[in-house]
Amino acid sequence: MNCPDCDGNINVPADASVGEIVSCPDCGADFEISKKDGSIELKKAETVGEDWGE
Amino acid sequence: MSKISIVFDRVRAEEKMLQKEAEQLGYDTTSIDAKITRFNTESKKADYDFGNVVLERCVSYFRGIHFTACLEFLDIPVINTFEVANNCGNKMLTSLLLSKHKVPTPKTYFSFSADAARENLDKVGYPLVIKPIIGSWGRSVVPLKDKDTVDALFEIREFTDGPHDRIFYLQEMVKRPPRDLRAIIVGDEVVAAMYRKSSGFKTNIALGADPELCKITKEIEDLCLKASKAVGGGILGIDMMEDEKRGLVVHEVNNTVEFKGLAKVATKNIPKAMVEFAVNSVRK
Ligand SMILES: Nc1ncnc2c1ncn2[C@@H]1O[C@H](COP(=O)(O)OP(=O)(O)O)[C@@H](O)[C@H]1O
Ligand SMILES: [Mg+2]
Ligand SMILES: [Zn+2]
Repeated sequence: MNCPDCDGNINVPADASVGEIVSCPDCGADFEISKKDGSIELKKAETVGEDWGE
Repeated sequence: MSKISIVFDRVRAEEKMLQKEAEQLGYDTTSIDAKITRFNTESKKADYDFGNVVLERCVSYFRGIHFTACLEFLDIPVINTFEVANNCGNKMLTSLLLSKHKVPTPKTYFSFSADAARENLDKVGYPLVIKPIIGSWGRSVVPLKDKDTVDALFEIREFTDGPHDRIFYLQEMVKRPPRDLRAIIVGDEVVAAMYRKSSGFKTNIALGADPELCKITKEIEDLCLKASKAVGGGILGIDMMEDEKRGLVVHEVNNTVEFKGLAKVATKNIPKAMVEFAVNSVRK
């Protein structure tokens, strides 16, 4: 799939599930795999928050 | 047949392992994205498909605990419960509970203004460790060794001025080897433990510390059981340090424990134990 930011080529593994994060090898941006109307799309990943962690 | 749900906001290796184990155990399993789920004051259990029990696994603590409140409103059993998440998510509450339940824990001081915290430091002396009461992965855990560090840090707190910045959590610096201990307890069973070694002050795996499998001794087991009981039980990550004089002390209990590294080396199947515990907890 193409990176929404830089148009680079992002490899989405076939067994990837919704909610997983993929990174663009070109620009480094992180995206969350999501599903819209049955097809996969890349959503900008949330950035680490103050309350994130264990 | 039991049906189990895994609530996530970001799918990590842990959530995938839980999903896989639950399926292999033959349970009807769904993963639910907290970010696209809605509730209202008239919501009913039947409006949703959460099944018999939910494993709440959000990376965001606030999202997770508020989601848990909604599930409990619907009378859906959640692991961990709201009460446990609340007790573990706030380091001050955890310290108070550990002490109240006579679990060995580092001496910790609480104050509610920068001035009072300075006075505290003057009285007790350096070094002390300051921690945000809500936070993880070692974020903003800072050893305070001199007045300059304190001035700089308190000045930053004044600028950021978040609601939690007014609570000052200061802890004795524990004299320990360059490592700490993390154990995972599932109900009454300590399923795995590891040392976390680091040359830096903080030994969080998230910060790159090296994990090393550790034998679950009687001391570790007893301490974990007591710490778990103190916060209300469930699936927990217990952090301990080896104090030079006192032996093991518990400094933190984690509510949404990460286990991907440990799962690779542990003898017990960690995600399987978690799923079985969740299902059994509602069968009783
Ligand atoms: N009182 C202390 N004395 C010595 N080291 C500490 C102390 N408190 C924390 N540390 C180190 O900092 C790390 C992070 O602290 P912790 O309280 O577990 O916060 P977090 O929730 O961010 O993991 C610990 O794992 C330990 O290595
Ligand atoms: Mg910790
Ligand atoms: Zn890109």
